[in-house]
Amino acid sequence: MKVLVAVKRVIDANVKVRVKADGTGVETQNVKMAMNPFCEIAIEEAVRLKEAGTATEIVAVACGTTQSQETIRTALAMGADRGILVEHDGVLEPLAVAKLLKAVVDREQPRLVIAGKQAIDDDSNQTGQMLAGLLGWAQGTFASKIAFDGEWLHVTREVNEGLEKIDIKLPAVITTDLRLNEPRYASLPNIMKAKKKPIETLKPADLGVDVTPRLKVLKVNEPPKRQAGVKVGSIAELIDKLKNEAKVI
Amino acid sequence: MTTLVLAEHDNANFNAATLHAITAAKAMGSDIHILVAGAGCKPVADQAAKVAGVSKVLLADDAVFEHRLAENVAPLIAKLAANYSHVLAVATTTGKNVMPRAAALLDMQQISEIVAVESADTFLRPTYAGNAMTLVQSGDKVKMITVRATGFEPAAAEGGSAAVETVAGVSDSGLSKFVGRDVHKSERPELTSARIVVSGGRGMQSGDNFKLLEAVADKLGAAVGASRAAVDAGFVPNDYQVGQTGKIVAPELYIAVGISGAIQHLAGMKDSKVIVAINKDEDAPIFQVADYGLVADLFQAMPEFAAALQKQAAA
Repeated sequence: MKVLVAVKRVIDANVKVRVKADGTGVETQNVKMAMNPFCEIAIEEAVRLKEAGTATEIVAVACGTTQSQETIRTALAMGADRGILVEHDGVLEPLAVAKLLKAVVDREQPRLVIAGKQAIDDDSNQTGQMLAGLLGWAQGTFASKIAFDGEWLHVTREVNEGLEKIDIKLPAVITTDLRLNEPRYASLPNIMKAKKKPIETLKPADLGVDVTPRLKVLKVNEPPKRQAGVKVGSIAELIDKLKNEAKVI
Repeated sequence: MTTLVLAEHDNANFNAATLHAITAAKAMGSDIHILVAGAGCKPVADQAAKVAGVSKVLLADDAVFEHRLAENVAPLIAKLAANYSHVLAVATTTGKNVMPRAAALLDMQQISEIVAVESADTFLRPTYAGNAMTLVQSGDKVKMITVRATGFEPAAAEGGSAAVETVAGVSDSGLSKFVGRDVHKSERPELTSARIVVSGGRGMQSGDNFKLLEAVADKLGAAVGASRAAVDAGFVPNDYQVGQTGKIVAPELYIAVGISGAIQHLAGMKDSKVIVAINKDEDAPIFQVADYGLVADLFQAMPEFAAALQKQAAA
């Protein structure tokens, strides 16, 4: 089975993000970038499916600037077989990415698409669901466990109340939650090997997709800052403050 | 201009989380309808009809909606959306699962997790784990929106008398089947609506040690939460997780115990009214957002905390 995995290049999760002084966005110059953590989980799951003999080929797809090639290389070093970059310099909203991915799915005909449930930059949590909707496929979102059963996939989902189990029909879209797996680090030999794996570059126009943004960003601001309060010396003092000063207990 | 709000429910009870989305709907300045899609869910529609400010309840009572599978609910929303200027859902895992699929079917770009309404087409939403507040304007015909509950006060659950109108269902997609749900039953308040939350992190060292938090939580009538580290380590189930990609909470009082305070955790709780941090590492970042910090070994502090509350209750 061919598996397609969507990956996104984002500001590294450990970087403290700074809002630009002119309020147009966040500082990305000279900032460490990395693969979105949920996408790492998506790649890892695909690689495990290949190691188990379920997946035959893994195609990693990124939509974004030329630099997204680095993210695809990371995916290749983790075990993906080849990459596709849909290159675009401007803003790509989730609906546009879902349309691009749909066009790639139409060309590649995978049985399974795995995506991260959320990108930690935009925090939208939309693309996988949108892709499934556009394809008319089943969706298994926020997955913490998947198991194949013929034409069906058993999916355990992390939901507000706990865990939900559903069966979805293949082909399908999975979005990953944190407990699905623990992604591996790419080994040096695999990083070297990844340099030889092919990456195809396409433009949105090649796929016939209009990616014009629907939303206008009017302003990006820093959130109100919380001030550090006081240190208390004991539990007794803490209880006294909560009771008589903050009046919350 | 009319806004449709998707009701969160379990076929028997109208989930109060929806009330926050109704307040957001009011801020659009439009009429408000509620959609109750479920099976045997008439009681939910009756409760929804009593919510103040709601003019109509659409009841889609059909077996295909019993478990709110996205493959069946999204087409229903897409079908109804033509009559609406806005469709809102509270950003629970149900809303997050269904809404983007519906938005894609309608060719609309959803706006996720808004925390403020500036006007009927302009909304504020947190991005980058809440480190950048982004004001966006939508030109889409139907504004598809999920609402972060902590951004809006709940609407009054009583006082309205909306008409309940039955709407037709959809045919089963045949793409997905509900199998079961592991729900962690608890006598404690629900995490996202609790007035007080006591959360534990990696410093708890084991799931068993969460008893120390539960003892304090029970005396305060609090919910128990956790950081990602504690969930990943298997100390507590996934539904305890507070953070950027878990649950977002904003209680009156948040007590963080053995939690270092990673950006991703802060994103889920920094709008709490009062924050207490108990950590033995005085340099832990959590202290930078805490109103009251106690540098202490939690294994001594928490039993002392529980004993002191016990003593006060007895006095």
